[in-house]
Amino acid sequence: MNHVRVLRGVVGAAGFAVAVEAVGLSGLVDERFLPRMSTILVGAAGLIVDPEFLADVVATLTAWALGLLLTVAVAVPAGLTLGALPAAERAVRPLIEFLRPIPSVAIIPLAILLFSDNLHLKLAVIVYASSWPVLINAIYGLRDVDPLAKETLRGFGFGPMSVLARVALPSAAPFIATGVRVASGIAIILTVSAELLAGGSEGIGIFITEAAGGNRIDLMLAATLWAGLFGVLSNAVLVAVERRLFRWHHARSEAAR
Amino acid sequence: MLEITELVHSYGSHRVLDGVSLSVAEGELVSVVGPSGCGKSTLLRSIAGLIRPSGGQILLGGRPVDQIPDNLAIVFQDYSRSLFPWMTAANNVALPLRRRGLDRRRRREAAMAALDQVGLADAGGKYPWEMSGGMQQRVSIARALAYRPSLLLMDEPFGSVDAQTREDLEDLVLRVCAHHGMTILLITHDIDESVYVGDRVIVLTRSPARVSADLKVDLGASRDQIATRQLDEFVRLRAEVGRLVRGGSTTATTVLEQH
Amino acid sequence: MTHVATHSVRSVIRALGRLWLVPVTLVVWEIATRSAAQPFFPPPSAILARMHEIWFSGPASHLLLTDKALDDFGPSLARLFGGWLAAAALGVLIGTAIGCSSRLADYLDPLIELGRAVPPPLLVPFFLALLKLGTPAQLATIVFGVIWPILLNTIDGTRGVDRQHLETARIFGFSTAQRLRQVILPAAMPKIFAGLRLALSLALILLVIAEIFGGTGGIGYQLLYAQRSYLYPDMWGCLVMLGLLGYLLNSAFLLLERRVLAWHRGARQTN
Repeated sequence: MNHVRVLRGVVGAAGFAVAVEAVGLSGLVDERFLPRMSTILVGAAGLIVDPEFLADVVATLTAWALGLLLTVAVAVPAGLTLGALPAAERAVRPLIEFLRPIPSVAIIPLAILLFSDNLHLKLAVIVYASSWPVLINAIYGLRDVDPLAKETLRGFGFGPMSVLARVALPSAAPFIATGVRVASGIAIILTVSAELLAGGSEGIGIFITEAAGGNRIDLMLAATLWAGLFGVLSNAVLVAVERRLFRWHHARSEAAR
Repeated sequence: MLEITELVHSYGSHRVLDGVSLSVAEGELVSVVGPSGCGKSTLLRSIAGLIRPSGGQILLGGRPVDQIPDNLAIVFQDYSRSLFPWMTAANNVALPLRRRGLDRRRRREAAMAALDQVGLADAGGKYPWEMSGGMQQRVSIARALAYRPSLLLMDEPFGSVDAQTREDLEDLVLRVCAHHGMTILLITHDIDESVYVGDRVIVLTRSPARVSADLKVDLGASRDQIATRQLDEFVRLRAEVGRLVRGGSTTATTVLEQH
Repeated sequence: MTHVATHSVRSVIRALGRLWLVPVTLVVWEIATRSAAQPFFPPPSAILARMHEIWFSGPASHLLLTDKALDDFGPSLARLFGGWLAAAALGVLIGTAIGCSSRLADYLDPLIELGRAVPPPLLVPFFLALLKLGTPAQLATIVFGVIWPILLNTIDGTRGVDRQHLETARIFGFSTAQRLRQVILPAAMPKIFAGLRLALSLALILLVIAEIFGGTGGIGYQLLYAQRSYLYPDMWGCLVMLGLLGYLLNSAFLLLERRVLAWHRGARQTN
């Protein structure tokens, strides 16, 4: 059964590649604008051994990973605090409700004014934009804790801090993990947006801007292809980690359906 | 009307139906009773054409069932998953009638009439989640009534409602069934119920299911929740069915009474 | 009457009680920016004055909007909704097809996984090269970027239709069109709406990127122009405006969702 699925997937991807190639061969579209699939794939193969491109990839991934780490370091404690203090949460909520819908990339021009260091700029906009899902999931996660479990522990004479450590944090963790997964998608969007809009010397966004300047659409698409593949990989890793860590949570929510 | 011979079905190597044969005549209400998990639902889904049995034959109105018959309706146990929650009660009842070639106004009239028959004349504009479980199951029954099927299948139709509602619904089915002369096959695991509503009770064995008895219920056409259940005949039949369902020894009379 | 009056007074007081941090923040911000006198951070009063001057000092017949406001917001909103609606139509169409056919899903799965993983801003330069500066490239960016949450949620929703609902439809002999319109799509609607809402906020982000990177007009372009011309109150005005826009879009969509999915909320509350 699984073999059939994999085979069909390969056929689908190959079919798409052949279709793009055929469009190129037919001469309907100018190849400079829409290169053939073979050109893109050759370009992609060349890029993966090109030290300059690899440096760009490393720069982007570094900013993304550091940004995500900082986001977790800022947003998780903030979210847990707000989740534990309902009065504070009620007061801050209107501010969150207004700040969150600001399209995050719009703060890049402001960040350009404030940060002269390119990495700092990227980190600032990543943390601003990616914190929201983590913050909100942490608040909800802490609030969603089964009151019965809390009561049980209290009944056994545990203090509020140990209730927090033993019940509240473990049951909020899966929510936070989901928030982090969402945040990682936002972080990569912000990283490349910052590269496109603020310039700099290294990064996939910079590589693509330069390829555009040289009218090398084939290289732009080749780099985009790699970016997509990295995205697939990182998403798969995050999902796998989440599944492994929180198997009990999935079992519970499956059962509740 | 419905003629089933030597029906066999297996899920993989697990055999559920092991040569089930039974028949239902026009206008009859036959209840099928058996222990939990004995394959009752598989039997019903085969009749409805929802699954293709591994072997045997099902004839409905003289024609073999090889796809979903167009003159059959089902009332499921789980009304909340059978009614469409995004439609009002009236629309739930009216929707299947498009197939009957009725225009919008006639569909609406037929739906309201059916709702009236199940005692929900005023609830046509309500959504399923605005109603109690019993009311939702009435809507389900109304949908089947309006559809005018030649065979109505009921799969544990009163299994998810409270005892009082259950009795009301049993009487409702008896009443409308008699009124329309409907043919009904009702599946249940409740021994009392199988006897109370049935013209005949078919008892299935533990899985893999076979027919262990086919009992005629001689309680007359009109039944009453209190009086009927006090009749000697009712008590005798209930004990009989109970023994059979528990897999106890068949008494000699049972075998004789098969027809 | 008095009862209604006291009731509304009470709800105003309650709202103030909820919102007290907003005026406090504004006042603190005003004082801080005034005393710092830093050009990048104009005080909120200056920002509001500037916003009023550029956009909201127009004639009453135009709802106080100036011509410049219409020039700035009109095309941006048209692109935003145009792209979002196109992506919605495509996403729901393709998603339903994939959700109903596991075979089609198998064939397209790798392409979808790859497509959704590409950070959409990366394609802005490509679309600009392919379609030249202006609206077509911006629309392409938005459509490509926001189609994924709609597509994935539609697939998820159409696949998750309750088996008994489908069986009921089969028993009562619904035609394919009926099954799609009356059963599958309504059942998938809560998921589809969740995707549409995500897509709407993503569309605003991509609109801003597309307008900043390769725009000739619109609110994102104004933002960049103000920054480049050292007009910091104008730049902040654009930011505030975008925040307002995001807030209004989200609220309006929630309102629509609440209407369309009233049955869903009701059904969830009782279960």
